[in-house]
Amino acid sequence: MRPESKRLETWLTIAAAFVLIVLLPALNALPLPEALHVSDFTINLYGKYLCYAILAISVDVLWGYTGLLSLGQALFFSLGGYMMGMYLMRMIGDLGQYHQPIPDFLVFLGWSKLPPFWQPFSSFPFALLMAALLPGVLATVFGFLAFRSRIRGVYFSILTQALTYGACLLFFRNSLLLGGNNGFTDFKFILGQNLRTPGTQRGLYIVTAVTLVAIFMGCRWLSRTKFGLIQQAIRDSENRVLFSGYAAAHYKLFVFVLCSLIASIGGVLYVPQVGIINPSEMGTEKSLEAVVWVAVGGRGTLIGPILGAFGVNALKSWATRAYPDLWLIFLGVLFVLVTVFMPRGLVGIPGQLRGLYQRWNRTSKDPAPVAVAEVEAEKGGL
Amino acid sequence: MSLLPRRLNASLGLWVAVVFAAITLTRLTSFAATAAEPPAAEAVIRKRLALAIVAEEADQKREIRELALTGSKVVREILSAWPKDRILLYTGDGGVRIPALIEDETDADGKSRAARIDTGAFLADASGKTLRFATTDITTAETDAALRTVLQLALDAMALADPLPDARKTAILKLGNSQKPLNIVILQERLPLENDPDVKKAILESIALLQLGDPDPTVLKAAIEQLGRLRSIGSLDLLKRVSAREGLSPEIRRVLAESIHGIDNHINNVNLVGTFFRGLSLGSILLVVALGLAITFGLMGIINMAHGEMIAIGAYTTYVVQNLFGTGFGFSITLPFSFGGKPIAFGLHLPGLNATGSLYESYFLFAIPLSFLMAALAGLVIERLVIRFLYRRPLESLLATWGVSLVMQQLFRMVFGANNVQVGSPTGLVGHFDINDVSFGYNRVFVIGFAVLIVIGTWLLLTRTSLGLLIRAVMQNRDMASCIGVRTNRVNVLTFAFGSGLAGLAGAFLSQIGNVGPSLGQSYIVDSFMTVVVGGVGSIVGTVCAAIGIGTADQILQQTTGSPVTGKIVVLISIILFLQWRPGGLFSIRSRSLD
Repeated sequence: MRPESKRLETWLTIAAAFVLIVLLPALNALPLPEALHVSDFTINLYGKYLCYAILAISVDVLWGYTGLLSLGQALFFSLGGYMMGMYLMRMIGDLGQYHQPIPDFLVFLGWSKLPPFWQPFSSFPFALLMAALLPGVLATVFGFLAFRSRIRGVYFSILTQALTYGACLLFFRNSLLLGGNNGFTDFKFILGQNLRTPGTQRGLYIVTAVTLVAIFMGCRWLSRTKFGLIQQAIRDSENRVLFSGYAAAHYKLFVFVLCSLIASIGGVLYVPQVGIINPSEMGTEKSLEAVVWVAVGGRGTLIGPILGAFGVNALKSWATRAYPDLWLIFLGVLFVLVTVFMPRGLVGIPGQLRGLYQRWNRTSKDPAPVAVAEVEAEKGGL
Repeated sequence: MSLLPRRLNASLGLWVAVVFAAITLTRLTSFAATAAEPPAAEAVIRKRLALAIVAEEADQKREIRELALTGSKVVREILSAWPKDRILLYTGDGGVRIPALIEDETDADGKSRAARIDTGAFLADASGKTLRFATTDITTAETDAALRTVLQLALDAMALADPLPDARKTAILKLGNSQKPLNIVILQERLPLENDPDVKKAILESIALLQLGDPDPTVLKAAIEQLGRLRSIGSLDLLKRVSAREGLSPEIRRVLAESIHGIDNHINNVNLVGTFFRGLSLGSILLVVALGLAITFGLMGIINMAHGEMIAIGAYTTYVVQNLFGTGFGFSITLPFSFGGKPIAFGLHLPGLNATGSLYESYFLFAIPLSFLMAALAGLVIERLVIRFLYRRPLESLLATWGVSLVMQQLFRMVFGANNVQVGSPTGLVGHFDINDVSFGYNRVFVIGFAVLIVIGTWLLLTRTSLGLLIRAVMQNRDMASCIGVRTNRVNVLTFAFGSGLAGLAGAFLSQIGNVGPSLGQSYIVDSFMTVVVGGVGSIVGTVCAAIGIGTADQILQQTTGSPVTGKIVVLISIILFLQWRPGGLFSIRSRSLD
């Protein structure tokens, strides 16, 4: 990368971070005229998108940088969300429908006192610890088993999908004592703050934005270390990496666990802002959706997933309101078009246009090298 | 491509269709045959019935017993109406009392017509106008307790003589569970007349059940032994209740314990066989669903997330064919856009055949090939529009086909509605037969047979036709096949269409055992991918073994863990562990190539 473009990128990152972290919340908090004011709804919505962006980065580091298409990221996202949800459920106290000191659904299931594993979730640090440990341990065990037997490519995707599916079925059960079908909702307080005030929501938004920027910077740093290079080499040709004497499985395991943690962080921030978590969040289609954000934004870049998560979700918010019957068709067609014709996503469009322009230029001057250009373009698309 | 494969392909399809037609037709005809009464006999029976109702008490009882022996439907109808006060005594010209059966239907004034028992015609006045009666101001044929007992016995005996063995068996078991020792006589009378071994067993069982109430210890012992010998599952509760009685002799206690133990063992065996059978049928469902995927994913390497929607196409085709045989099919969609001030709307209405009876029942025979064709057509379109760009990017085919699946699901919702649609089963597939207390549902048996047929068909196509040879060549090495002159594009299209068509077949047949809705396919997609992966990608034999293995394991785990979800989760975990041991699946194809 040329130095000036690197500098430009740094400046752009700083500018975007400033807008997300400082400008938007400020426009929301300050008493400004209508035209400049950012509504509470928008802040909340953007907060949600930022969580999705974190999830998308976790997908991208796995898929775009390591070549592992995981269809289980929504599972880790929801696990984080569930741990946070358990803490938030404890914070409701006795303000629920039944005015009991335990969550409503437990009363409904006939419990009169808190099940033992719910006890420690009154503590916020414990919930955070579990949000890191549970997905981390699950990813370690699953990743160890999967990478040890060199499950890769399509098989890895299908296995992670099956894992997610199984977990989803499990969480739908009432006997797991995690709210079953309905999950957790109706949260009231977080760290002593009322969740329904704009101030708390703004605070959550800022925390999310800072986290996203930190994760973005961290991943960018990682992708430029020697580790990151090997990671990308595994994506390009795992066998060559193996034959060069690297234990590819260890690298993959580390990345898999790291990404499960990133996804879990997204979930932890998501739940208090959206106010609900239920098993449908970990359905297989949610993981696929996250993959689609990355594909639309452009994989193998870190800005791509953020763009994709914002873009697709903004489109979804608009289309579900404007054309409720047709939006799934829009979405489906969009995915098909992006996958088939824009393999590098939104981020890759300038490159694709440049390629087209060069081809057009060369054909108009000299018809001979067309074949070469075509081959190159095709290679780029692989 | 040579001429042979196309011909053979067609003849294979024909063959499958013919075999199914044969199977289903035999099932249909066996049900169509119900005995009808000769009109002359019916007239005589009606006259005698009419006389019996107005006869003296002593004659009445004799007449009723004799009439019951005819086994006629009319007799049963009248005798069961009698104690319910539905027999009208109409006083006609000259004070003659004419018995007539009051209809169940009433008109607006709450009045009903009455059919003369001697002729079957409705009662009419002199001018020929049909008379209507209000139930409040009529005289009905009376019954006293003694007559009612006689009527009930006669009706029971008639039920025992029903031409259908299943109806006889139900009647017999009802008597056996009545706990009225009086019924023993009826059963014992029937025993020598009965020819069907199954019904005979039911009679012996019922007699023994009734004898459990007998005070005589020898009779009791014999009854207990008999029930033990018959492995009567229905008697287990009663036997346990008997063992709770006071003052039984040790001998009887021993016999009782033996019988209960024997029956318990029998129940375990029945459950085991039943579980295996259900496992086999579940495995067959998985197999049919996964076989198409074994082609598109296993052979072609395309991760077709829209495979589930191909299944749904098959199921909806069955639904449409069913409606075309019935009252027709129509839909209309209005888009939320407008063009020149007019909303864009389009719709379709296909008139139905309004078929009834066995013609309507046979709709399924037409639905099967049509579901294959429709799904194959959809597969062809998808391959040309999307998948042909993605043969070198299998992971991305997953995303693109997921987009396709979203679009298709939404189209199903727009055309057929978001709710499940009703697909009726042909009569031949309803019900079950029992072998030694294990019940085999016809639809499950059909599922297994169907799976066997399409596996054989697919195997023949892949290994015995030159199209199959081309398919295997292209799937092994697309470039090499292309170099030696195989038109890989065409083979790709045909293979994908064939795999999709198989999914369509699966849909036709899932419509018989489950709900048909827009998200039908979604519930099978994970399972079918797992089946293919466990079997070993690219191996049809592997898919067969994996499907049956997973199906059986699932059923057994459901039985032992007592919950379908836990069973399913255990299956998923075991699959993940299994792949540790054999990463390539059951039948992995060995290859020296790297990436």
